[in-house]
Amino acid sequence: MSTSIHLSFGQVAASLSLVALAAAISFWQKADLERDIGIATVRSFVQLTAIGYAIKLIFEADTLWLVFALLAVMVVFGAITARGRAKRVPGAFWPLLIALAVAGATTLGLVVALGVFEPTARYLVPVGGMVIGNAMTASAVALNRLGDEMADSRGKIEATLALGATAQEAAAPLVRRALRSGMITLIDSTKTTGLIFFPGTMVGMLLAGASPTDAVRLQLILLYALLGSVAIAGLIATTLAYRNFFTPAQQLREPGV
Amino acid sequence: MLFELRDVSLTRGDRRVLDSVSAAIPVGATAIVGPSGAGKSTLLRLLNRLVDPDRGAISYRERPLHEYDPLALRREVSLVPQLPALLEGTVESNLAYAAGLAGKQAEPERFLRLAGLDPEFVGRDVTKLSVGEQQRAMLARALVQEPAVLMLDEPTSALDHAARDAIEATLAQLRQELEISIVLVSHDPEQARRLSDWVVRLENGRAVKAGPLGQVLL
Repeated sequence: MSTSIHLSFGQVAASLSLVALAAAISFWQKADLERDIGIATVRSFVQLTAIGYAIKLIFEADTLWLVFALLAVMVVFGAITARGRAKRVPGAFWPLLIALAVAGATTLGLVVALGVFEPTARYLVPVGGMVIGNAMTASAVALNRLGDEMADSRGKIEATLALGATAQEAAAPLVRRALRSGMITLIDSTKTTGLIFFPGTMVGMLLAGASPTDAVRLQLILLYALLGSVAIAGLIATTLAYRNFFTPAQQLREPGV
Repeated sequence: MLFELRDVSLTRGDRRVLDSVSAAIPVGATAIVGPSGAGKSTLLRLLNRLVDPDRGAISYRERPLHEYDPLALRREVSLVPQLPALLEGTVESNLAYAAGLAGKQAEPERFLRLAGLDPEFVGRDVTKLSVGEQQRAMLARALVQEPAVLMLDEPTSALDHAARDAIEATLAQLRQELEISIVLVSHDPEQARRLSDWVVRLENGRAVKAGPLGQVLL
């Protein structure tokens, strides 16, 4: 992969004009998003700059322990962030943490075992970040939906439990719909990729001067890896989280108890 | 006795839903009566362990309720909730689901007839049924499990007079045709008079009276 372009801070600063435009539109339309746009801009600058230096250090050290440590931090922060989207799910943190960790480990393990990528920091850090990030989004959406469904369907769930169904049987249709919600966004964007939008990795490689065929192949590998990872994360998160709505005696817990 | 409750209390948040309730429910037809918010529905949910009490003891056929497997207990002591809550699909698929859980043969036509619903409803999508028809489908779904006790939470509260009379006639007929005990929650003392021979009266979470119909509802 060639790195034929070099960007200065001046060029990054110039792109802030579009942020100003976004803030102006928000102000004009009274969307009340100016503060959020400001926070998003500052946070993205600080976070990406910090992770850029961290990745530089990890690449230079070239040790897998540092790679695993960075991925573990991503998993923990991913679970904390996703928990914020799953407020109606009691004890959502642990299902999310396990889901992200297993999705990341399985997906990276498979692509390395199949010889798609070399087990080096240059591949594992960016691919791991994408895998964990997408798994986080999918599992957050899935648990958000699960929480809403459980709250809206208490009567139906309890009526099913009253027939002698297990918690798993009573929750199965809701878990299925929650898993579907978590996965559908990535599936839809994978269907339309290349037609309606160019995915980020491919754009990045093209800008960096890579050949279009290489850019497309890498993008395909990543899309397929991401499909697997969101399925694993969604499945584990929903399968573990629905149990927190029930007692060991197969009773629906009261909200907030 | 079918059920015995001794000093049963249940609190939800700051509210004491049931407060030291002691009452007996014999084999036959029992009505649990009282005003809204008295704890009637909660009492019913305690009897098949959809919820457990914070304090006190409940027994079913002289054995502590918590010793029963909750799943087996719920198939034997069946609860039909106040609001219809059928699963997506047809009437037949709902009956087959309930029968499968209890390890019984479905026989949907027989149980639809027992619940006062024409057997031609078997293939109907549950979303196309009226509230009264859904209530009957819920009753048929409970009956398909062949329970020993049928618990009904305000089974006619959402129905007009004609549909209410029809459901009451069905329940009276069920008692004649099946060896089944009925525990009925109702806010209407007249309905309790028509359908039961034993009454438990709740007020503000407490059992203020329990006994034969003639002694409790004068």
